Amino acid sequence: METAILRDTMHTLSDTHAPEGEAAPMTAKIEARQTNVHYGDKHALKDVSLDIREGEVTSFIGPSGCGKSTFLRCLNRMNDTIDGCRVSGTVMMDGEDIYDPKIDVVQLRARVGMVFQKPNPFPKSIYDNIAYGPRIHGLAANKDELDEIVLTSLEKAGLLAEVKDRMEAPGTGLSGGQQQRLCIARAIAVSPEVILMDEPCSALDPIATAKIEELIDELRENFTIVIVTHSMQQAARVSQRTAFFHLGELIEVGDTEQIFTNPKHKLTQGYITGRFG
Amino acid sequence: MSEMTMDTPKGGARTRERVAAGIARRYRSERRFRLFGLVAIVSALAFMALLFVSIVGKGYSAFVQTEIRLPISFDVAVIDPQGLRDPDEMRAANYGKLYRDAIHGLFPGVESRSERRLLNGLVSSGATFEIRDAVFAAPDLIGKTREIWVPASDDVDMLIKGHIDRRLPEHERRMSDKEIAWIDALAADHRIETRLNWRFFSQGDSREPELSGIWGAVVGSFLTMLVTLALSFPLGVATAVYLEEFAPKNRFTDIIEVNINNLAAIPSIVFGLLGLAVFLQFFGLPRSAPVVGGLVLTLMTLPTIIIAARVSLKSVPPSIREAALGLGASKMQMVTNDVLPLAMPGILTGTIIGMGRALGETAPLLMIGMVAFIVDVPGGFSDPATVLPVQIYIWADSAERAFVERTSAAIIVLLSFLIIMNAAAVYLRSKFERRW
Repeated sequence: METAILRDTMHTLSDTHAPEGEAAPMTAKIEARQTNVHYGDKHALKDVSLDIREGEVTSFIGPSGCGKSTFLRCLNRMNDTIDGCRVSGTVMMDGEDIYDPKIDVVQLRARVGMVFQKPNPFPKSIYDNIAYGPRIHGLAANKDELDEIVLTSLEKAGLLAEVKDRMEAPGTGLSGGQQQRLCIARAIAVSPEVILMDEPCSALDPIATAKIEELIDELRENFTIVIVTHSMQQAARVSQRTAFFHLGELIEVGDTEQIFTNPKHKLTQGYITGRFG
Repeated sequence: MSEMTMDTPKGGARTRERVAAGIARRYRSERRFRLFGLVAIVSALAFMALLFVSIVGKGYSAFVQTEIRLPISFDVAVIDPQGLRDPDEMRAANYGKLYRDAIHGLFPGVESRSERRLLNGLVSSGATFEIRDAVFAAPDLIGKTREIWVPASDDVDMLIKGHIDRRLPEHERRMSDKEIAWIDALAADHRIETRLNWRFFSQGDSREPELSGIWGAVVGSFLTMLVTLALSFPLGVATAVYLEEFAPKNRFTDIIEVNINNLAAIPSIVFGLLGLAVFLQFFGLPRSAPVVGGLVLTLMTLPTIIIAARVSLKSVPPSIREAALGLGASKMQMVTNDVLPLAMPGILTGTIIGMGRALGETAPLLMIGMVAFIVDVPGGFSDPATVLPVQIYIWADSAERAFVERTSAAIIVLLSFLIIMNAAAVYLRSKFERRW
């Protein structure tokens, strides 16, 4: 709960060292500079500087405990909820530091949605699950508008056909893959700008995974997506850019094709060829 | 299996030998453990059955009461000598004379004063009120004669219910041969009957066992529980929510947590002393009042509710919190929309169990004067009152034989309330239990 935000006022954006392979930014939605995360005494993320480009899918890969999920959770300040977690450095979104005390975390999370590793629908009806975000933020003026939001979100998440006859059934009664798509629909119902996905397919079977991947590809048109994955094939299939993390450091970031065909760093090469990890 | 032994003949054979040697012992110890468990459960059930059988066996007879049918002549000269029909005058009339005259009329041979007094003693003094109520219910009775059922005295009741042994020699018995003869004569005339004891459920306490009831104690318990629930539930839940969801985790909150756990283990009489010192002495609240009883029991119940609420808040999966926070819910929205509804069944169960404990509590209430002998049914939170367990304590302490069955009957009533409350807790738990 106690998140001290340490800011290094000495450094400016210009004198940060972009890691090897960092291309000249197109339109960066999120710019992280020298982001460090400590869990108590543990230094979980070390000096990560990374741009997330608008309208693209960026995937984070790396072995377990490499800090990719930690970094993802920095982007919507979910780390705030963890006791003893400290974040330092800057994370800019559209030119605004999201760790600025003036930034309201509730507002930030309305702009940066998140989908978790394990599908976590609320124990409420399918309708209420989707309507949750619009309701707490007051996005719909009346019932008709809310219905509209719910239906479009389900449509966008490719779930509408499967659930339209049982909107009042509990969301927890759906299959794992449907639950995860329900969670994605729930996230897009708030109309965020960025969607963070923390290993969204790790609890799903290959068919459900394929559906989610297809969905991610469609969502790219409207949202900036960041996905953490353990599956290199998945990263290769869904993302345009890939960042490889190892032991809390960002080793290499580049176009997905380049990372998987011509990695510049020894460690990246070792990981994608399956020599470790 | 066989392949493995072929691969490592020596080692495999040895493993098999060792396992075979120990296997009987392993199964034996498992059987022994199961047997112990079975014996424990059976003996626990047996003791419980014994408890119920003995209490119900002793107490059921209190639900009926021996009554005597007397031909009461509603004499105008006694009830309303001036003929004004003034309710105040009529209320003060000597109705006792009416039932005494009636029973003397049934036994015209009884002449001496002492014998007449003995004869009067067969009828409860409560008959006075019975007759008065009959007059007020139907004033046109005045001047007529009617057969009226009036309560018998507790000794007659005990004899009819078989608690006084007729075979004992007269001087060892509570009743003389003469009294028994009268009772037999009344019974032969179908003038004695055991009827449903509605007084037991509608009256307050009394010095006369046949007139005493638990309604006063039930109302006192109800008012006390109402105060306890109204104070301890919101306070306890708010405390638990704050500690679990909002408070920083530091040494100070650790100390608070340890102290709450310690409070739950404090003997209840200590809370009674605290209530005496604080609520009665310092704040000057009324003695023997349900409001003070409720305050004291709140102190006692709060830790139980806080602990139960914290446990059930903790058991709400973190994924639900993450889902809410990830969608941009504020902490308060997360708590009220998601966490509290999911924790509510557990909180309610804990509350009901805490309330059940409070309902059965005697010691702290003795300290604040709820042990007083109170005849009137309390009408409000500051009226003097007693509660069910204290009523049981008072009756158990009384000398009359007829209070024995009333004690057990009151225990039956208290146990039924507790069983209902616990059943409600089980029902709530199973009804609202959610899977995720």
